[in-house]
Amino acid sequence: MRLTPDRAGQSMQPLGRKEGSISRSARIACALAGTVIVVLLVAWYVVGYVISLPPTVPQASAAGVTNVTVQTVASYGHQPHPDWVSYLVKNEQGRWVHSTIWKVPANSIVRVTVLQYDGQSGLRNPFLGQPRGIIGGTMTVNGKQLKVLNPDEASHTFTIPDLGVSVPLVGIADDAKNQCAVTPCTLAQAHDTITFEFKSGKPGLHRWQCFVPCAAGWLYGFGGPMQTVGWMDGFIKVV
Amino acid sequence: MDSRTDITRAVIVWVVLAIVADLLIGFLLAPHMPPGHFSNTASDQTEINNILALILTPIGLGVVTFFVYALVSFRQPAGPLEDGPPMRGDARMQIGWVGVTTTIVIVLAIVGTIELLQSPNSASGAGAGGGQGASVISQPSGNPLEVQVIAQQWQFTYRYPQYGGVETFSLALPVGRTVEFHVTSLDAIHSFWAYQLGVKADAVPGADNVAFTTPEHVGLFEVRCAELCGLWHGYMYSRGHVFPAAGFAKWIAHAQVANAPATHYLPKYAHVYYPLPLQRGG
Repeated sequence: MRLTPDRAGQSMQPLGRKEGSISRSARIACALAGTVIVVLLVAWYVVGYVISLPPTVPQASAAGVTNVTVQTVASYGHQPHPDWVSYLVKNEQGRWVHSTIWKVPANSIVRVTVLQYDGQSGLRNPFLGQPRGIIGGTMTVNGKQLKVLNPDEASHTFTIPDLGVSVPLVGIADDAKNQCAVTPCTLAQAHDTITFEFKSGKPGLHRWQCFVPCAAGWLYGFGGPMQTVGWMDGFIKVV
Repeated sequence: MDSRTDITRAVIVWVVLAIVADLLIGFLLAPHMPPGHFSNTASDQTEINNILALILTPIGLGVVTFFVYALVSFRQPAGPLEDGPPMRGDARMQIGWVGVTTTIVIVLAIVGTIELLQSPNSASGAGAGGGQGASVISQPSGNPLEVQVIAQQWQFTYRYPQYGGVETFSLALPVGRTVEFHVTSLDAIHSFWAYQLGVKADAVPGADNVAFTTPEHVGLFEVRCAELCGLWHGYMYSRGHVFPAAGFAKWIAHAQVANAPATHYLPKYAHVYYPLPLQRGG
């Protein structure tokens, strides 16, 4: 018989299953249960992330030109985050949808119209005041063509780094009348209209984002809507 | 079996494994050791990586060999539990162990110190100014090209103070000329990592981290952010170009013209910027 020292090391007792020890099958069961719990937690996180993404909104295209109309608002005005800055987009039926995932055809010209309802907060990097990657190198702001925007007058940017597209969006004056607080905002409310065109290129998935730290109330303006897909960043699906 | 026999056996196994491993490293792995030979910095790091691999592999194998040998040779045999033989100190073993490890550490410290003291644009140098701060140990000779790397969530931009302070989205460098990177950030902490160039420097708001390199080949290299910096950190990726001197001159001249409207609004060139982030939010 094999012997093992007891706690005091003074005497020997039979080696084997001690009173209160866990059996092998119980240990295997615990390990399996732990593994299952971890897998479930990971699956819950992944599924939660996927279903929390906003819907993909296809954009209407005709004669090689895809029209995308969006509005940029200082506050969404609805749950779950009524005070978050955000983008909305028009779907093919002309209704405003709260989504930043848009689908456009490959190798087409994308004509973007931005209705900009937010105020001026300035660019962190003034370099982004010049529109780039757009057809003709100029954007149209309230009917006027511009090659550069005074960085202090900017409110947001619309930037697709993969495609080299970066357009500063002018903000409305702080004292503008009839400012919008609840989406969807209307054309009767204070806004600026920015239009530009870019080429969608080959099929692919491109992230886009605002490069102004515009999340009011967050540290350095970089929390909340800046870090959440569906608000100030999203994807362009080129198909 | 006495302990001398055990030691002899383990040492023989270890020596054979170490020789085989070092031969494999020297002939198979070393020619492909990252980051390669795209710049003098990269070549230097590749050389150091090879030296470390050749020294550390036998050490690692020694630990593993002893561990496995002990598991096999000194395992508890079937039968009653018995006390093992008493453990005694072995002065020769202890002195040898301390002596060998001390020698290895001192040799590596000397190698590292020599690296740091060499001129950044020497053929085998570039250890100094690896992004450790604004005050580098040794300065390059000649007229290096100064390039400022500006990080922000989530993209790098680049300023060329010797070319009117023009800022660009893409990074282009001339081959054969020493480059002096000044790395900073406008918001969170990022890390500028030009992999094939062997350059990696933290981009910290309010800090100026200097790093040197001399590209030795024309071609493309990857630029990544190596510091988890937020939602789109994984997308903070681009490619840089190393051009012949004439090609770089053409590229920078075009950038100066194309980006002139934005250059007009850029702040005066400085090694750090304070864009008052608290006032920018919202």
